[in-house]
Amino acid sequence: METLLQQTLNGLVAGSIYALVALGYTMVYGILGLINFAHGEIVMVGALVALQTILFLSSAVPGLPPLVLLLAGVVVAVPACMALGYLIERIGYRRLRNAPRLAPLITAIGVSFLLQTLAMIIWGREFHVFPQLIDTAPMQPVAGVVVSPMQIFTIVVAFTLMGGLMLLVNKSRLGRAMRATAENHRVAGLMGINANGVIAATFIIGSGLAALAGVLFASNYAIAHYSMGFTPGLKAFTAAVLGGIGNLPGAMVGGLVLGLVESFGAGYIEHLSFGFLNSSYQDIFAFMILGAVLIFRPSGLLGERVADRA
Amino acid sequence: MPTDNTRPILEVRKLQVAYGGIQAVKGIDLQLHKGELVSLIGANGAGKTTTLNTLAGVVPHAGGEIVYGGDEIGRLPSHLRLRRGLALVPEGRGIFTRLTVQENLMTGAYTRRDADGVAADMEKVFTLLPRVKERLHQTAGTLSGGEQQMVAIGRALLSRPQVLLLDEPSMGLAPLVVEKIFEVIHAITREGMAVLLVEQNANLALEVSERAYVMDGGRVTLSGTGRELLSDPKVRSAYLGEELLAA
Repeated sequence: METLLQQTLNGLVAGSIYALVALGYTMVYGILGLINFAHGEIVMVGALVALQTILFLSSAVPGLPPLVLLLAGVVVAVPACMALGYLIERIGYRRLRNAPRLAPLITAIGVSFLLQTLAMIIWGREFHVFPQLIDTAPMQPVAGVVVSPMQIFTIVVAFTLMGGLMLLVNKSRLGRAMRATAENHRVAGLMGINANGVIAATFIIGSGLAALAGVLFASNYAIAHYSMGFTPGLKAFTAAVLGGIGNLPGAMVGGLVLGLVESFGAGYIEHLSFGFLNSSYQDIFAFMILGAVLIFRPSGLLGERVADRA
Repeated sequence: MPTDNTRPILEVRKLQVAYGGIQAVKGIDLQLHKGELVSLIGANGAGKTTTLNTLAGVVPHAGGEIVYGGDEIGRLPSHLRLRRGLALVPEGRGIFTRLTVQENLMTGAYTRRDADGVAADMEKVFTLLPRVKERLHQTAGTLSGGEQQMVAIGRALLSRPQVLLLDEPSMGLAPLVVEKIFEVIHAITREGMAVLLVEQNANLALEVSERAYVMDGGRVTLSGTGRELLSDPKVRSAYLGEELLAA
């Protein structure tokens, strides 16, 4: 029972980070029909820019409280990633808007390599220690479950952001324009909606979420690295497909489910495989899920509602 | 903007449109005045829809001029043409099926910042189209074709256009619904809006329009008042044949 609760908690922490990243994939897919494979790298850039900011500030102004440092890291990393997301769309994808679908997809993979390589040139190949500005040491166990302040912080921040995004998309003028553009660019233009602007906004919002996910990820695992975006990016993509690509609640559910499956998988994989595999093989679960979803339910858990289409 | 009523609000000169090497519109001239209901009739493939789409900025033109309110707007993207007051209800209605009826209407008012004015116009649309109000919170994709057409027209009206381009509003609708929609179109023009109507049902279009243009093979082959064209033997045999037989 205790293990069960513990694994649930761990799963929610990882899952809420996947969900934040998955939202970016699914928003872009919903509006452009494009899998933006460079999205995972935004997570990495977010983490490394925040790290750079924190290191700079803590040496320039010694004695700043850790929360201020973390906040400063976020305040720099989020706009930086938003600008990066905008530039990727503007330079990389916009002119391919009417090209065959393979062209922007390959461009996305190219952008992903480009960003990784640039990050490697700037920050080197080594693993950087990401400072633990919020305590990752477990607090007093509650009902046998150990939880750290950082884990609580992660879940609270992620769920707040997800709630905020849902409000934005469902209640605001921009959100309405995003949904209209996602359904039909041409008619959205006839309503006076600047589809290019809405698409840019989608990239900007998704990249901001990814930057925050990057900071959360690096803070939880105390590490930052030029290729750290690859695996979470791929898993978030899996989460988006699991939930039904293009569907925002689906991306959130998919992220959380993936986090939980991984966490339980890691906890029980030794028993399941009769000691043949151990918890370092936990990554196989994400890809088993991806395979299973693509075979059995390609539209995902909450995938594209068909009934309300005329 | 000049209030000179003799000057057309929309003037098209020598408009040409090409699709992948095929000349769909071959240099047509059109004029539309404030408060006027003008229709564009002709067979399938005559270039009517292409003409409307080009006027709204959905399709680029290959030559000629589109002068709206005294300015050449031929190079503006569609969202900027709407902001100037040129709205298109596209063929097939172009409803956002996943949005509610209310959200669809609100996208029509997307460019407006006057919340009070929007609310007042919303009430006007409800008076004109009571069915829309009944369906307000329904997902638009669940509506019938006629209701969707009403939403599409209401949505266009919420942008407060000066010129409304209507592409086949009667398509696929029951006669009673068509009648209702034409009543609405009439009401709109009485308020001073100019309407350019593309219509398959030539008989109906000519009856209600002040003027009309007949298109054939990308050219305007005839023009005149609705009455003149209705009694024109060429028009009768080419475009009204079916209706004459049915009558």
